Amino acid sequence: MTDLAVSRPVTAKPALDVSSDAAKARIRARYRAERRFRFYGIAALVVTTLFLAMLLVDIVSKGLPVFKAHSLVLDVAVTQDAIDPAGKRDAATIRAADLAPVMRDALKSAVPGPLGRLGDRTLVRLLSIGAADDLVADLLRNPALIGSTIRTRLLLSDDADIYLKAKGAVTSRRGDGTITPDAKSGAVAIAASGPAFAVDLARIKAVMVERARVLETEAARLDRSGGAAVSDKVADLRREAAELLGRARDPAGEETLDTRLPSLLLSINGGLVKVEKLKADSAVGTALLPLSAASASSDWSVVTYATPAGDRKITDLEIALLEHLRATGKVEAHFNTRFFTSGDSREPELAGIRGALSGTAWTMLVTLVLCVPIGVLAAIYLEEFAPKNRWTDIVEVNINNLAAVPSIVFGLLGLAVFLNFFDLPRSAPLVGGLVLALLVLPTIIIASRAALKSVPPSIKEAALGVGASHQQAVFHHVLPSAVPGIMTGTIIGMAHALGETAPLLLIGMVAFIVDVPQAITDASTVLPVQVYLWSDLPEPAFQEKTAGAIIVMLMFLFVMNAAAIMLRRRFERRW
Amino acid sequence: MPEALSIRTAAESSPAAATAATAAPREIKVTARDVNVSYGEKQALFDVDVDIAARSVMAFIGPSGCGKSTFLRCINRMNDTIPICRVTGRIEVDGRDIYDPEIDVVQLRARVGMVFQKPNPFPKSIYENVAYGPRLHGMATNKAELDAIVEESLRRASLWKEVSDRLEQPGTGLSGGQQQRLCIARAIAVSPEIILMDEPCSALDPIATARIEELIDELTENFTIIIVTHSMQQAARVSQRTAFFHLGRLIEEGPTEQIFSNPKDRRTQDYITGRFG
Repeated sequence: MTDLAVSRPVTAKPALDVSSDAAKARIRARYRAERRFRFYGIAALVVTTLFLAMLLVDIVSKGLPVFKAHSLVLDVAVTQDAIDPAGKRDAATIRAADLAPVMRDALKSAVPGPLGRLGDRTLVRLLSIGAADDLVADLLRNPALIGSTIRTRLLLSDDADIYLKAKGAVTSRRGDGTITPDAKSGAVAIAASGPAFAVDLARIKAVMVERARVLETEAARLDRSGGAAVSDKVADLRREAAELLGRARDPAGEETLDTRLPSLLLSINGGLVKVEKLKADSAVGTALLPLSAASASSDWSVVTYATPAGDRKITDLEIALLEHLRATGKVEAHFNTRFFTSGDSREPELAGIRGALSGTAWTMLVTLVLCVPIGVLAAIYLEEFAPKNRWTDIVEVNINNLAAVPSIVFGLLGLAVFLNFFDLPRSAPLVGGLVLALLVLPTIIIASRAALKSVPPSIKEAALGVGASHQQAVFHHVLPSAVPGIMTGTIIGMAHALGETAPLLLIGMVAFIVDVPQAITDASTVLPVQVYLWSDLPEPAFQEKTAGAIIVMLMFLFVMNAAAIMLRRRFERRW
Repeated sequence: MPEALSIRTAAESSPAAATAATAAPREIKVTARDVNVSYGEKQALFDVDVDIAARSVMAFIGPSGCGKSTFLRCINRMNDTIPICRVTGRIEVDGRDIYDPEIDVVQLRARVGMVFQKPNPFPKSIYENVAYGPRLHGMATNKAELDAIVEESLRRASLWKEVSDRLEQPGTGLSGGQQQRLCIARAIAVSPEIILMDEPCSALDPIATARIEELIDELTENFTIIIVTHSMQQAARVSQRTAFFHLGRLIEEGPTEQIFSNPKDRRTQDYITGRFG
């Protein structure tokens, strides 16, 4: 030891001075750097959390209403003449029966009448095309009901449903003084004893000023960006704004209420009059719901639908009818079971996710059954048994590359191989599952290999040491220890597959499919494709459905992840 | 099964086997001739010749990287698991060349058990740890026989008293010393003839080390034990013969007292007196 130490040349090292200014500055810089890094970390977390929260709040607020639906609860007289004149009482007759007349009669008796032809048509349009479904189901279950009056639920149309879900759309103000209508139905002129409508007139004028300001802003924006091409449009907007302001400036002037202004209605003598022309002390309008008498009344109110008629899908008459039905307790809000029990439909209120859910389940089943054994066995072979040579290197590199291939390419592959070459059925979960299996395999192989690699080699050595063969050591000890990691990889892969849309579009799983698939060869679609399909449709009710389907999809993911975590915990505890 | 029987009878008949090993006519269990090992380009062992007597303890000592672990792992062909490792020369167990292509490496490892540097129980219950080997080799036909093997192995590894009431608990939950004795129990459960120990006490505290050393002493009655150790005191305490490795060569081999009191080679003397290593 000593002779070694002596032989080594000793070089003078500069002493480390911890109290010098430079050293202190270094320490301060180090602390600063650490604080900075922590700040970045927290900032990143806050930003991500915020975005996530925004996303969730947006989806949930848009999608939650989908779980509620509105129906009318009416007493429907199911006469034998209308349903089953021959008295056969069999399923075919009941299914073929036209229930529209009996439902119309039930509806008519629920609102004050007569409404006239337009009113009757509007009334029937409030109901969904599938409104009779529940009634038919009841009759099929119990044909003896034919001939009696049944209290039943009639599903409302999507527009009515959306209107009923919106809150604060209708405001009402009790009127002062006495007003006198001059007719019970049709065109009605109303005279007031004093300036009874002055408040409403002022409100309308305020809305006009507000609208003029919006138009001015829009004109200014166009003027800045548009140049000569939009000068006419700008001039139009400016003219309209000036006109509105001119009208609004005359506080006593008569106002014509068009579809760009809020709807004003007078509720008097049990009827409802839509105001078309308004002055401080008189109004002219049309009766939407007939009045019981054309006599003076001091018990009246002004009802306002704040959204202008031009900006909504539902007419004043429909609102009047729905509000009447709501006020008489005929409207019932209930859980939207149909959303979970029916397939897709062109009618938003009838459309459900059952078809997409089943399609997803079948597709995932095919994917899982293919992926897990192939992926895990491939990983075991590559990690434990494959000779390390150029050939296996190439395989390895390409597996890693496959994980990064855009998913649509797998869709094209599926189209070319499974559909065109193997002639498998189009739009089927079988093909979807095969394509997704290709997509997920690299993920599972990579994750499984990582999990196998992370098992300490001492475990394998121990098994070899007591005389286990290589394969026994791997399957008895290495694989079980790697199972939690493999499961994590599988779950990640399956979650990836669950949300995958692009490759499925190419193999025809994007079709409009009403039936719920019963097997892996039935035409079907999957949840994310359903979301994609619905998000494209113009009906506002489908926007709601889109968000609802997203919620269901996210729940699926949460449940899957929770199950994975629980399984993992169990496995780890068994050690 | 026949092996297991023969060992059990040996255990009953010859309590003085340990001392007999040092006597002149030694029964040779392992013979190595001209063993060369290389990892790729790098040669790790040069021309190792050694004879190891049955039912004795042979210690391999030497500085780090001298090849003693490499040689140990040649005896049960554990080096086969390293793809770049190449072994030449001849190693015989009971006169049979273990690198003969006809030898089944799995059966060889059942006869030549191994205990590793770090305790490495399977992530399973204590019972399963010990029962794994016997079950693998079909040494028990029913649960009662298996229970008997497990109990006897744990007793021989002097672990039975500590774990008999918690056999179903995970082996990884034991203390380091207990884990290492569990690994010894696991190794002897398959009734090997030779037990290789690769620095079995290097991860243990002195008390656990003392227990393992006692255990080694007891095991000599039935097994041939080859132990690699960094601790020269340990070699002196447990072994009958000692081999000193240096830079891939076997420098000197002989009775332990002679190696430590009167080494022939200067390098051995320098090492055991702490001049290097």
